[in-house]
Formats: sequence, structure tokens, C-alpha cells
Amino acid sequence: MTRVTFNIDRARGRCAKYRRRILEISQTVNALHVAPAFSCTEIVDVIYNEMMQAGVDIFIMSKGHGCMIQYVILEEKGVLSSEEIALYCKPGGRLGAHPDYGTPGIEASTGSLGHGLGISVGQAYAERLKQSQTNVYCVLSDGEFQEGSTWEAMLMAGNLRLSNLIAFMDNNDFSGLERMSEGHPAFYPLADKAQAFGWDAIEVDGHDSSALVDAVRQRTNDRPLLVIARTVKGKGVSFMEHEPIWHYRSPSPDEYVKALKEIAQDLA
Amino acid sequence: MRNRFAETFYELGKVDPRLCMIVADISPAGSITKFRNEFPDRFINTGVSEQIMIGMAAGMAQRGLRPFAYTIATFALYRPFEFVRDDLCYQKLPVTVVGIGGGVSYSTLGATHHAQEDIAIAMSLPNMTVIAPCDPAETEAATRWCATQERGPVYLRLGKAGEPDLTSGASEPWRFGVVRRLRDGDDLCILTYGVITKTALEVAAQLEAKGMSVAVVTVPILKPLDVDGISSILSRYRRVVVIEECVRRALTVEVLALAYQVGAKAKIQAFHLQDEFIHTYGTHDDILRSHGLSAPDIVKQILAG
Repeated sequence: MTRVTFNIDRARGRCAKYRRRILEISQTVNALHVAPAFSCTEIVDVIYNEMMQAGVDIFIMSKGHGCMIQYVILEEKGVLSSEEIALYCKPGGRLGAHPDYGTPGIEASTGSLGHGLGISVGQAYAERLKQSQTNVYCVLSDGEFQEGSTWEAMLMAGNLRLSNLIAFMDNNDFSGLERMSEGHPAFYPLADKAQAFGWDAIEVDGHDSSALVDAVRQRTNDRPLLVIARTVKGKGVSFMEHEPIWHYRSPSPDEYVKALKEIAQDLA
Repeated sequence: MRNRFAETFYELGKVDPRLCMIVADISPAGSITKFRNEFPDRFINTGVSEQIMIGMAAGMAQRGLRPFAYTIATFALYRPFEFVRDDLCYQKLPVTVVGIGGGVSYSTLGATHHAQEDIAIAMSLPNMTVIAPCDPAETEAATRWCATQERGPVYLRLGKAGEPDLTSGASEPWRFGVVRRLRDGDDLCILTYGVITKTALEVAAQLEAKGMSVAVVTVPILKPLDVDGISSILSRYRRVVVIEECVRRALTVEVLALAYQVGAKAKIQAFHLQDEFIHTYGTHDDILRSHGLSAPDIVKQILAG
């Protein structure tokens, strides 16, 4: 359920703060998935801060490599402590580069692509059986839609008309080796495919927080919803945008300062 | 086995609303049809889609339900293997993966339907419990245990239909985590599990006719293995024989490793499926015989050993 009031400036400020925090953490480790987290920052922000009913709804980061954005939001909400974040990817810590079920706030272990939507389908179905008000929010990468298992899950969610399942595709158009649009032209169109599988589907600018909120507010509530969010990998830092190297690299101290300056514009 | 599993699940499902059955276009007949008719929401057919069968089961278990995922063993365990590993084992969820036609019981369907490595593979997974009942009564006991346990995922290997009763005269009951003596004897002890227990009992009877006193002990729970129970058998008997319907890297290697660890003096002979695919057809017994697993062949080798 979305809140009635939505303030775009507040959303922008939150996202800048989250990006800054991720950059801070990036200086404590050799490598971290900065760009995959930046491409879905607005998506995960509006899910947690504009859509989810605390303690009722479920969030699953199917693109587990984007989990830094989830960690910093969970830190802000007090679910994860700063001490835990300080031990990210370090001995004695429990936060790794992919989410691990059992960690506070983490509803499923992901990291291997193509698992999160199937688990989400099971969770959404269970909640429907229990006649609860729980919605399941799942964020997937576009690459995950190359996994057969994702399409098994799409088909099953359509069969079951799981209207309490809301999935977001972080469509940054980058897979590991190449742009989806170049290497896999038949990957598009996307909304048509989802609709043919029994879903409602809508395409929006994935960095436009209000468009994301509207997409979910305006859903029919009759079937599962896929929000195809067109995004930019590395969004927010010009030299990271569209550059595959930033999939898994921490900025150097100089790059860090430069990146912070760009982020700061939105913090004001 | 299949029918007793279905009857037991139906009885349990009537009183426990957490129990759900997820199948991938293969269903145990009879009682599961009753379950489906009475509780249509708790019976899900994913169609020929085993990855979502396991993924959904994981999600449902995370929200407090107790799903059983059911299909032919090869498709229950091999096709969605990484989902079994990551979604069920890594997350340690109480989901029972039921593999029907485990071992080589689909004797005319060819190697695509032979789960000749299922136990070995399932045993290698952290957090996985592995159970292989030998007859309908053990199937019922195992199903009851699976429906109420809190340990995590289970691979429950069943045969097909029509398996005979082998355990009504057993001197010990089925208990989780321990081996079970079906008959006692002093000269030699056979360790076995699953449908091939029938052959093991035939072997024991034939050896008995030749003057040997032979014990038969089933190992219905392959993981966690009853290390104490097997160790005491290794120290009590001068001869121990393993008969299993799986490749060698299952009970056989566990017993050999344990014997080495405890310094057992027992002579050990193992009879198991070979490390090769099967290109012949016939009855279940015909297929087992092609890998040296017929009672007369085993008896001959034991007498020669």
C-alpha cells in the first residue's frame, strides 16, 4: 500500500544519502558492487520508504549483488547496526556481497541469479493462503530474465494470479559481457512478454521516484505487477555510468572524492 | 510405497493446515486426489517446471508452511539441483523433496529416469537429511517424521508401488537417526536401505540355508548417519556386507571410512550400482542384475569371500 503523500525532494535526498553511504563503505573494502546498487537505488528506496507496510510486507533482493542499497536502508531503519556495516565482507562480519537469509531484514538468500522470483512466488502464495495483507516486493536484474527459472516463476505467478506480488526489473541493459540490447536483441520488448505470461506490466524511468510510485499505485490489484524500470548502471556518478568496470570495483581515494562531489548536488 | 506415502500425507494434512503438496506434473494417485479435492489451495501443480516447484516450496516454508515437493527422483533432485542446494539447504528450510522411483526402479524408462546417484548426491549437501525407507511401513514412519520435523530439508527417496512388507517382523522400530535390525544373526551382518532391502533379505535367507547366521540391518536414515550404530556393528561382526541401490559414494564409502576410523577388523564386501549408465531394459530385478545386484550373484560372492 502506498502512502498518500509523496515528496519527490525527500526521495531525492534519501537516495543521495544512500549513495554517499555506499561510497563510504566502498573505501573500506577492495571491491564492492557499487554500480549495480546505484542502478536500483530509487527502486529500493521507494519500496522501503513509500510502499512497504513495516512489519507486514516483504522485500526480496533477487539481484543479490545489489544488496548494498538494501544494507544501507536497513542501517538507516535500525535493522542493521553501523557496527555490522563496518564489518561488511570482513572476518567476524555477517554481511557479505550477497544477502544471507537469517541476517536481520533479509528474507531470502540470493546471489545466484534466477532464484528470487520463485521464492517470492512461494512467499506470496503462502501469504494468500493465510489470507494476510502482506505484499511481496521483489527486485530483479534484467539479466535474471535470461534465466529459465525466472520464466517458470513468471508463468506460475500468472497462473496463480498473485496480485500481492510486485516485481521490479532493474533494466540497466547491462549483462556481464555486453549490453542486452546489442547481444540479445530478442530480449526486448519486455512488457509484452510479461503480459503474455499473465502479469500486468508497465515501463517507467527507474530513476524517477514518482513514476515508480505511480506505477504501483495505479495497478489493477488483479494480477501480479512487473514494473520495468529503465535504469542507468552506476547512476549518480558520471564516470561510473554505463561503464562495465564499475560492476565490481571500489573507487580509488581520488575517484571517491570526485564521486562524493557529484552526489552532494542532490544532498542540498 | 507411493500409496502409503499418499495415504499418510492425506491423514496428516487433514489435521495440519501447514502441509502443502507441490508437484511437477507427477502425482501420487489415490489419496492425494482426495487431498487435492478437499484442500485445493494446498495442492499446487507447477506443471513440468521443477525449478519453480523447489523455489515456491522454499518461499512457502519461509512463511510458515510445510511443503512437500514431489516428482520422479531424477527431476526432484537433479533438474532443480541448484535450487535444492541454495533455496532449501543453504536456507535450511523444512521442505521434504520426495523422489519417487529412486534408484533404478523405472526399469524400462532408461537412464534418463534412473536416479542411480541420488542418495550420494543428496548426502553431499550440507543441512540435508536423507531418508530411504525400505517398505510401506517405513514410508509411513518417515513421512510422519518429515511432516513434523524442524531440522531442515529432507530428501525422501521412495520406490514406486507394490513393494512388499519387509519390516512387520522387525525386532526394532523405525526411529529417526538410528539403524534398524530386521533380523539378527552372528556370522555376518548386511547393511542396506531402500527397496533393495528385499534382495538383502533374500541373500540372508539363502546364506542361512547354507548354514550361516546372518543379520540384516537397515539404514533408513543415510544422513545424519548413525555412526555409533554402524561402528558397533563393525566391531561386533567379522564380516559386514553393504548392499545398496546407488553408486558407491553413498553408504558404501561411509561404512568403509568409518571402518578405517574405528580400526575395525571386519571384512567388508560392498554391492552397489556401477559407475556407468544402464542401456538395458526389463524388470527392476533385471536392471539390478545387470549391475551384479541379484541375490544369487551376491550370495556367490559372499561365499567366495
